[in-house]
Parts: sequence; structure tokens; C-alpha cells
Amino acid sequence: MNSKHYLILIIIVIAIFALPLILFPSAEYGGADSAAEDIISDQGYKPWFSPLWEPPSGEIETLLFALQAAIGAMIIGYFVGYEKGKRAKKEIKEA
Amino acid sequence: MHIMEGFLPHPWWEIWFAIAIPIVVYGIYRLSKVTKKIPEAKPLLALMGAFIFVLSALKLPSVTGSSSHPTGAGLAAVVVGPGITSVLSMIVLVFQALLLAHGGLTTLGANTFSMGIVGPFVAYAIWIASKKAHLPASVGIFLAAALGDLFTYVTTSVQLALVFPTAAGFFDAFLKFGTVFAITQIPLSIGEGILAVILFDFLAKYKGQLLSTMKVIKLPIATAAQEERKQ
Repeated sequence: MNSKHYLILIIIVIAIFALPLILFPSAEYGGADSAAEDIISDQGYKPWFSPLWEPPSGEIETLLFALQAAIGAMIIGYFVGYEKGKRAKKEIKEA
Repeated sequence: MHIMEGFLPHPWWEIWFAIAIPIVVYGIYRLSKVTKKIPEAKPLLALMGAFIFVLSALKLPSVTGSSSHPTGAGLAAVVVGPGITSVLSMIVLVFQALLLAHGGLTTLGANTFSMGIVGPFVAYAIWIASKKAHLPASVGIFLAAALGDLFTYVTTSVQLALVFPTAAGFFDAFLKFGTVFAITQIPLSIGEGILAVILFDFLAKYKGQLLSTMKVIKLPIATAAQEERKQ
């Protein structure tokens, strides 16, 4: 695969996740876990333990999720860049 | 999406811990063995952990009108093995339970079982089968990652249906939870499969020798020699 193939695959991925938003613009897109919570609560169940700490607001929660993604993406980007750079340097030496 | 804090009553939460802990302990043993035997595999462990970290943070919309997130554990299972993947998954689940109120500490055993054990072992089995069937690596990776992701959420649905059967029984409850979790997950797992194919293709190109040492892939002799020169 070359970078053109990568690009096509990434466009397909974006399309997969854009499609629901285009097809069903008025859906709520709540978490699947809260949907399950509703089914269980309908049976009269009360959770016996609650999280030790909860993000104080939706904004702070978004911050932490963004941080999680950023840390992961940083490591992947570092790895990919490092390997590509190493290979390029070797090819210059060999030439 | 994982089972929420406090949503598994006694004795279920203990049961899932009892099942998950031995496999995570085996994973820790594998982790120390692999890092000792193949120290150059360490960056690969970090990379797989990072892939799980990113994908677990992305809550994506699905055709069911709700959203969920992929796991990233399938690719890790292929590259570093399902045992080590159970450890990586548990680390991410602890992070999310403590800082994001996502999943939970009491449900950690059950969630580790679905995301860190069933998903990765399904992915690994599919990868081995696809190698035996001589399928192209990208097809094998796609199927492994996508089905590993999907089976994680089929497992979550089973786990909840066992505890909360409806009046019509376990199967009816399984269908209900399955609609919520597994159906929502279908497009997400396809997306995860494609992302896994891209990263694996990169790894095969740039880390082919290492993947071969780790017995993930067999390099054709010509490619192996070529890689050797590059090292």
C-alpha cells in the first residue's frame, strides 16, 4: 500500500462516521452505555456503587477525553515519524 | 462503552474479577518475558497501548442513533499477543474509571474480560486462522480487528443479560442489550478494522524484521534479506 491507498482508506473511515450524522440528523447520539442504563433502571435496579470521582462538568470530561486521545496520538505520531526518519537517513547513506 | 460503575451486583462483579485476574497475571508474565527476550519490542508495546488509548477515547456516532467507542485491542492482540493486550486494556480501563467516570472499578473485572480478553483472543484466533488460510495480511488484520471489537460488545451484552434477564428470559434481554451495544458497534468495528490495517501495513513495512522475530509474520526470504541489509 502507498500513501494514496492510505488516503482512500482514511476517507472511507471518515465517511462511515459522517454517514449516520447525515442520514439521521435528528437522532440524539447519546452513549450506548446510558441506553443500557435506562433498560436496567426500568427493572428497578439501583447501582450499589458510584464513581469515586466524576468530572465536574461536560467541559472537563471533554478535556480529559481529548487529553487521552492526544497522548495516544502523540505516541503513534512519534513512532511513525521516528521510523520514517530512520529509514530515510539510511537510504541517503546507501545512495 | 463499558458496564457502568455499580451496575453489576454481588456475586457477578466478583465472578468476572475471578475470571479476569488469572489471565491478566498471565499477561504480566508474558510482558516481562517478551521485554526480556526481545527488548526492541518495547516501542511496539507503547505503540499498541497508544492505539488502544486513542481509539477508546473516540466516541463515534452510529447508525442506531447512539454513540460508542472502538477498543483498538484487536490489532494489539495480533502484534503483541492477547495476554499482553489484556494488561494494556486493563490499564486504559482503570484510567477511564478513575478520571472519566467511564466504566467503573467494581465492573473492572467484567470490562477487562470483554475488552481485554474476549476481544483480543477472538482477534488473535481470527488472525491465526487467516494466516492458515493464506489470506492477504490486510484482510486478516481487518477481520481480526473488526470482529475483536464487535465481540467485545457482544460479550458486554451477554454479561448484562445474565444479570438483568427480562420477564421473557435471558435471550430476550440479550437481544435488547445486543441492540444497544453490538448493533451500534458494527460500523465502529468496520472503522477500527480499516485503521488497524493502515497501522499494520506501516509496521510490516518499517518493522518487518521485528514482527518476524516476534512471530507475527513470516517474511519471504527475499524481503528478509532486504530488511537485513537495511538494519
